[in-house]
Amino acid sequence: MTTKLFGEPIARREDARLIVGKGRYLDDIGHGALGVAFVRSPHANARILDIDVSAAVEVAGVHAIYSYEDLDGPMAQPLPVLIPHPSLTAPRTGYPLANGSVSHVGEPIVMVVADDRYLAEDAAERIVVDYEFRTPVVGVEAAERADSAVHEDIPDNVAARLVQEFGDVDAALLQAPHTVSFTQTIERSASMPLEGKGVHARWDAVDESLRVYTSTQTSTSVRAAIATKLDLSLDRVEVIAPDVGGGFGVKIVHPWPEELLIPWAAIRLGREVKWAEDRREHFVSSAHERGQLQRITAGYDDEGRLLALDAHILHDHGAYTPYGIVVPIITSTQLLGPYRLANYRCQVDSVYTNTVIVTPYRGAGRPQGCFAMERTMDRVADDLGLDRAAVREINLIRADEFPWDNHLIFQDGRPLIYDSGDYPSMLDKLRDLVGWEGFEARRSAAAADGRWLGIGMALYVEGTGVGPYEGGHVQVLPSGKVLVSTGLTSQGQGHETAFAQIVAEELGVPIEDIEVHTGDTRRFAYAIGTFASRAAVMSGNAVALAARAVREKALRIAAEVLEVDAADLDIVDGVVGVRGDPGAVLQLSSVAVLSNPLRYAFDEASRAATQFARFASYDQPPVPDDDEPGLEGRDYYSPVRSTFASGAHAVIVEVDPGTCAVTIEKYAVVHDCGRLINPRIVEGQIHGGVAQGVGGALYEVMAYDEMGQLQNASFMDFLMPYVSEVPQRIDIGHQETPSPLNPLGIKGAGEAGVIPGSAAIAAALEDALGIRIASMPLGPSQIYDLIRAAQDGTAEMTLNSARRSQEEST
Amino acid sequence: MSGEEQFVVSLSVNGTRRPVTVPARRLLSDALRHDLELTGTHVGCEHGVCGACTVLLDGVPVRSCLMFAVQAEHHEVTTVEGLADADGRLHPVQEAFRDCHGLQCGFCTPGFLTTIAAALEDYPPGASISADEAREILGGNLCRCTGYQNIVKAVGRAQEIRTQRAGLSGDEATDRDST
Repeated sequence: MTTKLFGEPIARREDARLIVGKGRYLDDIGHGALGVAFVRSPHANARILDIDVSAAVEVAGVHAIYSYEDLDGPMAQPLPVLIPHPSLTAPRTGYPLANGSVSHVGEPIVMVVADDRYLAEDAAERIVVDYEFRTPVVGVEAAERADSAVHEDIPDNVAARLVQEFGDVDAALLQAPHTVSFTQTIERSASMPLEGKGVHARWDAVDESLRVYTSTQTSTSVRAAIATKLDLSLDRVEVIAPDVGGGFGVKIVHPWPEELLIPWAAIRLGREVKWAEDRREHFVSSAHERGQLQRITAGYDDEGRLLALDAHILHDHGAYTPYGIVVPIITSTQLLGPYRLANYRCQVDSVYTNTVIVTPYRGAGRPQGCFAMERTMDRVADDLGLDRAAVREINLIRADEFPWDNHLIFQDGRPLIYDSGDYPSMLDKLRDLVGWEGFEARRSAAAADGRWLGIGMALYVEGTGVGPYEGGHVQVLPSGKVLVSTGLTSQGQGHETAFAQIVAEELGVPIEDIEVHTGDTRRFAYAIGTFASRAAVMSGNAVALAARAVREKALRIAAEVLEVDAADLDIVDGVVGVRGDPGAVLQLSSVAVLSNPLRYAFDEASRAATQFARFASYDQPPVPDDDEPGLEGRDYYSPVRSTFASGAHAVIVEVDPGTCAVTIEKYAVVHDCGRLINPRIVEGQIHGGVAQGVGGALYEVMAYDEMGQLQNASFMDFLMPYVSEVPQRIDIGHQETPSPLNPLGIKGAGEAGVIPGSAAIAAALEDALGIRIASMPLGPSQIYDLIRAAQDGTAEMTLNSARRSQEEST
Repeated sequence: MSGEEQFVVSLSVNGTRRPVTVPARRLLSDALRHDLELTGTHVGCEHGVCGACTVLLDGVPVRSCLMFAVQAEHHEVTTVEGLADADGRLHPVQEAFRDCHGLQCGFCTPGFLTTIAAALEDYPPGASISADEAREILGGNLCRCTGYQNIVKAVGRAQEIRTQRAGLSGDEATDRDST
């Protein structure tokens, strides 16, 4: 047996270079490149009347200044709508540089190329743009009122109206014994990777080829976009994602204006050109997510069985729709969670506002859907005076009911069918892990001491591993080194480790011999990208299939050489041997040598493969018709539909009555992502997700004022959690329900940790305060306001808080 | 080129004298990264909040994005590239980050490593570092990937490694502390 590696919590292989400062991130490349700065709009909604660059061209070290008028061919056309959808009836995208008008603060207008970034900024500062100011639209309610328009020819500000529906919601609500209606909001936040975006381009005029490095989550598609927009043949463009300092969704959007403009300028100037986004640029010109207003009506019976759910969601799409309506689609489908529901309608109105574009951020619409469903469950329990876990339990899909067809179409254009899971067992584990039973006694004892404790939970189902495909290539070199490549990119997920674990086990080689490459179109040209918790499922299975092909070929060649049946052979630690015969062995490296018949010998190993050294049948060509030289394999994994992971979080919070500060006393996670490749990496993903969930629930807000100015566009004012804000411990329980859809039985894990954060923490705060929570995030200021409102009698109290006071007084 | 006045600055980085010619406004972070090509020091916010650019100035953590290169003359600068021994043996905190899965994308990591390396000097080998003390050490650095859980663990692990390398066992050390 080869050492078992799949499922082992081994240390990461990429760390070796990252901990000694040898990582290579975008801005570590191209020290001699020209620097770039942009003039970006200071206004949220304006017409551009004039651009005066005369003072800027005087700045020493300036090489070029470009505005829209300089763009030609496809570059002068609007940026693509990447994911068209029938419901996206009024799509709108910007231009690489603004064409006559701007729709959000931060939109690029002028590009300055200079010797370095300092000088480029000097020049950019001297450029004067004259604007005609228009009334900005900020916030979904203003967009819905449509007193003014973001885009003049879209007077109602509606980009898309998406309706997802099954059953007969209106009839079911009429017949339901109980109904509840409420409105709630969830704020805007953003991916906010520690490394911003960045692009470096080098044009080789002799070779007429372009090499672009970009901090992206999809190098293959950036390549296609650059080739299209710059009118280059695809084979003249290579795109490489170097080490990427976090993505979390924002780097899946492409082509960013800069991803086109930097190579475009590099070609025009015949010089290396580089742009590395600064933090303020990232805040005002990348992308945000989350912001929704949800109007929900639910019907249910006396036991809390959900009979119908009607949700009308206003989704803040920002100024443009380059990534289509993926976030609304995910919210409206994943809202269903792990529950059975016969009558459902969700209408999402995706509206334009004069703010930065809204595109997926880790979770990608799922946290909002989870917030809608889980807060509904809490309302139902509160209304009926039932235990919140019990209400969830009675609604859960049972373990013997898979595959479960939700009769909707998911974000991949395929049916929303849950492949496997065990939700009741997950809920049981969660109750044990957090100490759900018995908490009420703790809570009331603490309350008697003047301490405010609360508990909440939230469950979710997450569609992961969306298609259409990923591929893998595995090659054994004559040296014995095993090269593995896949086209999707890495932003810290540990692919170099996880994919090596898979190949080591499938092929039977020591992991030390394996080298994994991702996100480099020179090595693998066909890929989609890293998003939607898909990398492990998609490329994990693809490299496994490729490794199996290599193994089969290695055994076939070795069988000929050893004159045995291939079925009797095995590969252990890089050695092909006959089972039960320790004498008959062949190194895999030797098989690699023999797999490639040679005329020329250039070392000892290759001598063995030359025409007079190697025995071959005179009746067969050296490379048979159905074969090819080399010990390598390439395969693709394309799933029939997504695989659905699931999880449940519970949290105990304490609110300080004096300062309104929130302390997370306990955070419990039960998580099911099928078979685990590397539990340590999965737990790391959960830790990070939970921290982002806590950030979103308690701290992070994109604070736009009514003029569309982002008031907190810095790390000083946008409050991402430091170590002091995250739970001191996260208790994790794994449950493994393999996916029947893919060879390895795995499901995605990347986004899971963030999904239920806001819902669970809102529930816990509501439990602690007895005040209805209808908007997130909830920092100390908001909690203070809620408590004041409760004292004034203007806050909505939970029915449960009234029950508690009644119990206390009797 | 620019008409800006240039200054020749003799920087001492990781034990080596490295002269650079820079304008007065050149940030230390940019001089390290782009003039000396020591790109291990990363820049995450350019206003001193995230801590990714932390280097040691005479052993004390500073934000290299908040200093000019010309200010670093006459000081000894240590970057992440200078944490390991000359013979390549990793600093205990580097080994600990690998052991504990203390990093994911790795972008903020150099700032954590330099910050923790400096803080460890306040603890003799053998002394224990509590999780609360570890959180205090990390309190000024942002990480968006790890949720800090394993970074907190890595601080304790780094101290364990220091203790082992000093030829002490944790228990002996605790005894020594209490006496």
